[in-house]
Amino acid sequence: MDLLTQPVGVSHFMVVGAVLFVTGAVCMATKRNLLGVLMGIELVLNGANVNFVALGSKFLRADADLALGLDGQLIALFVIVLAAAEAAVALAIALNYYNNHATIDVDRADELKG
Amino acid sequence: MENLGEVLWQLLRVAWLLPLVSFTVIVLAGRRLGREGVLAGHLATGAIAGGCALSFLALFFWLASAGIPAAPDDHGGHHAAAGEHADDHATEDESSADGGEHADHAATERPLYFAGTWYTLAEIGSLELSIGYHIDALTIAMFCMVTLIATCIHFYAMGYMHEELDGVTDHEVTLGGGEHLRRRGRYHRFFQYMSLFCFSMLGLVIAGNLAMVFVFWELVGICSYFLIGFYIERRSATVAGNKAFIVNRIGDFGMLIGMMALWASLGTFTFAGSDENGDGQIAGAERGIFDILRDEENQFALATPEEMIVSDARAKEALSVAGAEGGATEEQLAAWREEDYGYTLLVIGGLGIFCGCVGKSAQFPLHVWLPDAMEGPTPVSALVHSATMVAAGVYLVGRFYPAFPPEVLTVIAVVGAITLFLAATIAITATDIKRVLAYSTVSQLGYMMLALGVGGWLAGMFHLFTHAFFKSLLFLCSGSVIHAVHSNEMTDMGGLRKKMPYTAWTMLVGCLAIAGAGIPFVIGLSGYYSKDMILMQAMWFAGERPIAGWVFYVAAGGAAITAFYMFRLWYMTFAGEPRDRHRYEHAHESPKVMYVPLLVLAALAVCVAWPVPFMGLSLAGMLASAQWPATEAASVLAVAAAADVHDYHVAATLIAFGTALGGFLLATVIYGLRKLNAEDARRRFAPAHRFLLNKWYFDELYEATFVRFTFFVSRLVADFDKKIIDGFIDRLAIWTRWTARVDDFIDRTFVDGLVNLLAGWTYGAGRSLRRVQTGKLHHYVMFIVLATVVLFVVISFWASLGPAGVRQPPPLPETPVETAANPT
Repeated sequence: MDLLTQPVGVSHFMVVGAVLFVTGAVCMATKRNLLGVLMGIELVLNGANVNFVALGSKFLRADADLALGLDGQLIALFVIVLAAAEAAVALAIALNYYNNHATIDVDRADELKG
Repeated sequence: MENLGEVLWQLLRVAWLLPLVSFTVIVLAGRRLGREGVLAGHLATGAIAGGCALSFLALFFWLASAGIPAAPDDHGGHHAAAGEHADDHATEDESSADGGEHADHAATERPLYFAGTWYTLAEIGSLELSIGYHIDALTIAMFCMVTLIATCIHFYAMGYMHEELDGVTDHEVTLGGGEHLRRRGRYHRFFQYMSLFCFSMLGLVIAGNLAMVFVFWELVGICSYFLIGFYIERRSATVAGNKAFIVNRIGDFGMLIGMMALWASLGTFTFAGSDENGDGQIAGAERGIFDILRDEENQFALATPEEMIVSDARAKEALSVAGAEGGATEEQLAAWREEDYGYTLLVIGGLGIFCGCVGKSAQFPLHVWLPDAMEGPTPVSALVHSATMVAAGVYLVGRFYPAFPPEVLTVIAVVGAITLFLAATIAITATDIKRVLAYSTVSQLGYMMLALGVGGWLAGMFHLFTHAFFKSLLFLCSGSVIHAVHSNEMTDMGGLRKKMPYTAWTMLVGCLAIAGAGIPFVIGLSGYYSKDMILMQAMWFAGERPIAGWVFYVAAGGAAITAFYMFRLWYMTFAGEPRDRHRYEHAHESPKVMYVPLLVLAALAVCVAWPVPFMGLSLAGMLASAQWPATEAASVLAVAAAADVHDYHVAATLIAFGTALGGFLLATVIYGLRKLNAEDARRRFAPAHRFLLNKWYFDELYEATFVRFTFFVSRLVADFDKKIIDGFIDRLAIWTRWTARVDDFIDRTFVDGLVNLLAGWTYGAGRSLRRVQTGKLHHYVMFIVLATVVLFVVISFWASLGPAGVRQPPPLPETPVETAANPT
């Protein structure tokens, strides 16, 4: 456990990202409420975002003097935008689903199964 | 008139096309023309009558412009002389003062004619197929004759075919139940074909080239086929139609060969050229067949043309003479000409064309179709036998006369003589009134051919005209009789003159005309002049060429037989006591629309050969002016001195008169006065009678030879087809079926099996994978997460073990960094 003794570095961020990711995944897997699932998704995405930003750091790169170190942040921004779009679509689905079934229990949304 | 040719062409073109218009209208409107198409008759009659008027207008213009041909000092030496002869002959001016003129009237110019092209149908290489015209005195005379007779016949037919307007009960067709066939009338159809018939014949007459003649020739043939088979329900009628058509095909085949021979060597179908470029002479490509064969520089004597010589030499000597001109030198040409190169082509061309005429004009050996053609309605028979169908053959021989070499002419004469004798003898025993007339036609056509063959162009053409008038008259009379007694058999008739006087007396006129009756050296009916002319020509020919002398005796004998059978017919029909009371009681004179044409035709049959008073115009003179120069070289009129001509004339007239009188007296004794019993004669000459009654067994002969042979060959071919070709194809089919079966097996087992197997796999995989799709979002998320983790782990292991598959990142230039792939 030297992480606790070291100064804050990439590894710490990655731990946070991993925690977020796992939390999100568990949330997605366990929640029966559609909105809860969506929240889990947000967590997963943001866990990934933390990793992107951390690993995109300028100081981790070999070509540090050539790069601005913004790649990770750009992709994170991209992911945020995508997450927003995804949330909009997913909420719309949720709304429709509710309209049709008077519930948002994802376990009951199995009409399309093979 | 300046543009006489143009005027004539316009007039005759309209006259020619009027029947076509009528035909088209009737085809399109049919029964809608009045009640049951009654107006079709009026339309067709109007069209042909209009054509007749225009033809006579054209004749008037011709005479006004080209002059009266018979006048001595009007049209140059030769024509004047020939015309005057005809004139002489007609008016019987025995002084014959123009003796000196005969010897030296070498022809120096072409007869007056107008030729041109109206429309070119096709030009294939040097083969030019066009609608052209050739108008000379013969064309105009033919137009007048054809349209005049056709008009009479159309009027007559309007009465004769009247019952076709209502439902017709055909007594000759018995149906299965024993009753007779009832059918709707076909009045309009009759007139539709009549119009087409007239159109075709006029087209044939005006045609300016052989190709066009051939087209209209075939049209005439098909029209006769339609009309002979008009009563299509009668088996005999359809068979007769087929017979006429097929027999004509045989002749036409020869005609095609002739046309090919001429075209291949001469390169043109045009009869006589016209001065197209206006340089005052006909040369080069303007020349027609006559111009090429009878060169003007050669005094129009028939000579094998250069083209034929070269063509022949090319074939015989395997030469490659480039083109017709320039290729062969003068010496070569002269040498080849010496050896008669190309002459065969000329003979083949002439014989071929004559072969077509043999078919169309029912000459031996293709005469068998004409008597059977009696199955058609009588007006059709009249038209076929006088103005159209059979006249076409003689007309073409006359038209194409300048191109016939002497050998072909001899063949024509011999064929004509045989035909004339053959048909005349058959006519003696025939009892069907129309068949007697049919054989009489064949016989008279034989006369015409004989006359043409022995060099009497004028005699032959003259007889064509006179014969047309009296033969149409005779046929219409017989039609009138048949109409009255409803029978064709003369054994059912007798004594009818009291019942139907117009028919009886006009028919007597026809009989007299065809027998050539007249007061010798004074005046006579039309047949008297033409037959005398033929006999005179034949007599002279027999004197010139003793080996062919028999043709004269045949002609003279034929005259006697003609008179005999014609009066036999008349006596049996009109004289004596009625043989069949019942039929006699019901007989009646025909309506006016039928007997007025008879009177017109009777008048024409009497006087068509007479010169027009005070004008010196005569039919013979008119025709003579159309004769091509130098073709009369073999004619008695041109060659013999005046005194000899006179002698020949006297002798011929006496012989003709004597033979005809003999025939007439014999018929009178046997059938008129019944002094001799015909039955006795029949019994005494039973074999001969049977022989004649069976028409010399020609039908049987053809049946036994050609028909049987054809059937034999066709059976052979059919057997070959059925056994060998069909067998082969059957084998092939069996083999194919077997192959297909194997193929099918392979297809089903292997190809389909493979595909099915694949499909089964896919299906199975799908089925098993289906279970994964639970529809539970949690499971999906679990899968995703687990898969991600598994992937992560695998990749991590892989990367750390460094397998060959994963590319190691390239070493960085400075400060090598540890790989990012080991966070855990």
